[in-house]
Amino acid sequence: MKYTPHTETEIKEMLADIGVSSVSELFKDIPESLRTRFFDIPKPFSEYEIIEHFQKIGKKNKTDLLLFTGGGYYDHYIPSAVDALSSRAEFYTAYTPYQPEAAQGTLQSLYEYQTAVCAITGMDAANASLYDGGTGVAEAVLMSFRLTNRNKVIIDGSLNPIYKKILHTYLDNLDFTIIEIPHQNYGTNREKIASLIDDDTASIVVQNPNFFGTIDDFQDIADMIHEKGGLLIQTVYPLSLGMLKTPGETGADITVGDGQSLGNPLSFGGPYFGFIAVKIKHIRQLPGRIVGETEDKNGKRAFVLTLQAREQHIKRHKATSNICSNQNLIALRGLFYLSLIGKKGFQVVASQNYQKAHFTLTELLKIKGVSLKNKNPFFNEFVLELPKNASETVEKMLSKGIAAGIPLSLYTPEDKNALLVSVTEKRTKEEIMKLAETMGEVLWN
Amino acid sequence: MQTFYTKDHEWIKVENKTGTIGISTFAAEQLGDITYVELPSIGKTLKMKEVLCGIESVKAASDIYAPVSGKVIEVNENLENTPEVINQSAEGEGWIAKIEIASLDELKNLMNPDQYKKYLEDLNS
Repeated sequence: MKYTPHTETEIKEMLADIGVSSVSELFKDIPESLRTRFFDIPKPFSEYEIIEHFQKIGKKNKTDLLLFTGGGYYDHYIPSAVDALSSRAEFYTAYTPYQPEAAQGTLQSLYEYQTAVCAITGMDAANASLYDGGTGVAEAVLMSFRLTNRNKVIIDGSLNPIYKKILHTYLDNLDFTIIEIPHQNYGTNREKIASLIDDDTASIVVQNPNFFGTIDDFQDIADMIHEKGGLLIQTVYPLSLGMLKTPGETGADITVGDGQSLGNPLSFGGPYFGFIAVKIKHIRQLPGRIVGETEDKNGKRAFVLTLQAREQHIKRHKATSNICSNQNLIALRGLFYLSLIGKKGFQVVASQNYQKAHFTLTELLKIKGVSLKNKNPFFNEFVLELPKNASETVEKMLSKGIAAGIPLSLYTPEDKNALLVSVTEKRTKEEIMKLAETMGEVLWN
Repeated sequence: MQTFYTKDHEWIKVENKTGTIGISTFAAEQLGDITYVELPSIGKTLKMKEVLCGIESVKAASDIYAPVSGKVIEVNENLENTPEVINQSAEGEGWIAKIEIASLDELKNLMNPDQYKKYLEDLNS
């Protein structure tokens, strides 16, 4: 059976109705070069053939590499119960929980997710999740513009380059200004920031640990921007919070981050989830869904979507954002992860990441010509200066089954020999020794 | 001191060049329990009929329009924590903001209390 959305007659009627002569005239605003001329679709497959086809493609993926790559997305252990719980149909198939009478389970799980986000970040209120860390940063910046009636944001150059790109995509064609302060020896250039904050600055965006692994305390920057009536936006690697000062303690007004490290596999780039949490006084400008606790008519604890007047289905074009969805299932995996490892486990995982990364560095520095390029304190990620081209070294090591890190030249072409290495709790001593041994061989044999 | 009303159910009480703005008792009844008032920022300048601020009730989210052009010089900060004051006293303690009126001439476009009363009767009939 052919799928026929409209008959020829219907199409003619509709075109005539709006005074357009043909379908191609209807689309004339789209440049010719961007219009589809034909679809090159292969012949239909049977179910068996299609499974074979995709399995063949799937086998091209390398899934057994030893990962020392990070850059915002990390290879952490995921307890099996996370998969078991998140594949339950009650969670797996649930969608928009706008009817509290029919969606108490979904609402309660999201409420608990929000509570967990607040607990680890030290903030007052979180929404039910955003798409990912990068869109989280962009939403936080837009939020700061609304809260301050200003339109300039200062971003620290050591922010994840992917986040920067997303922020530019959101803002570049609007009446906003982004000022990026280049990093100073892989840390935040405080003098430069202090000299640029003015009465038009809505917010400053900083990241901890930053893209180069540096850990920092942004209390002084929080004070600086607050004095001028602006806001501090801090993006964090959530798992590091088992060890580091929380954004709440730092004085951040808005905290965002990517939740991948909490119970979600790397999966070649997604899906992940973003979290956003704020000080309570800013909650009216928080985008997206928020679940709140209330009581039903019998006085029993119940959950509902709250503060909905901010949202698109009520405020239309005046909504606080046009995000009317979230990453429920992926965010729930974050909640399952945090619940399963618990407060103590959260601290243990963070500590293991820290210890193993520092051990790895010690071993790698034993290789002739390898030095530490980023001298700042770090959590589980650091920048090395190799004696040879980093991209070529990584390529050679990939053929030996090891993803040794991210060559910084991907983002800053002049850093030819710089390699960003990350180490998680999953890496064993044997694996770390194998990394060091292989890197030595590749560099010098 | 004179009070004027708009067709959108705002009132403005005028004393010299200062206008105190709120929503009418009728509007407050229509909205139901008011849960939040997004107060305008002091110093904001507005043209007549521009959005002064937003107001949320259990039933709706609505905009409040400036009855005349002017500059916001004071806001009723009590409403931040007790927006229900509007339900209790819409045309008294429930005022929202004070503006410095740009041109008293614009008041000619508004209704006096008797005209507004008549306007409400017509709406209900």
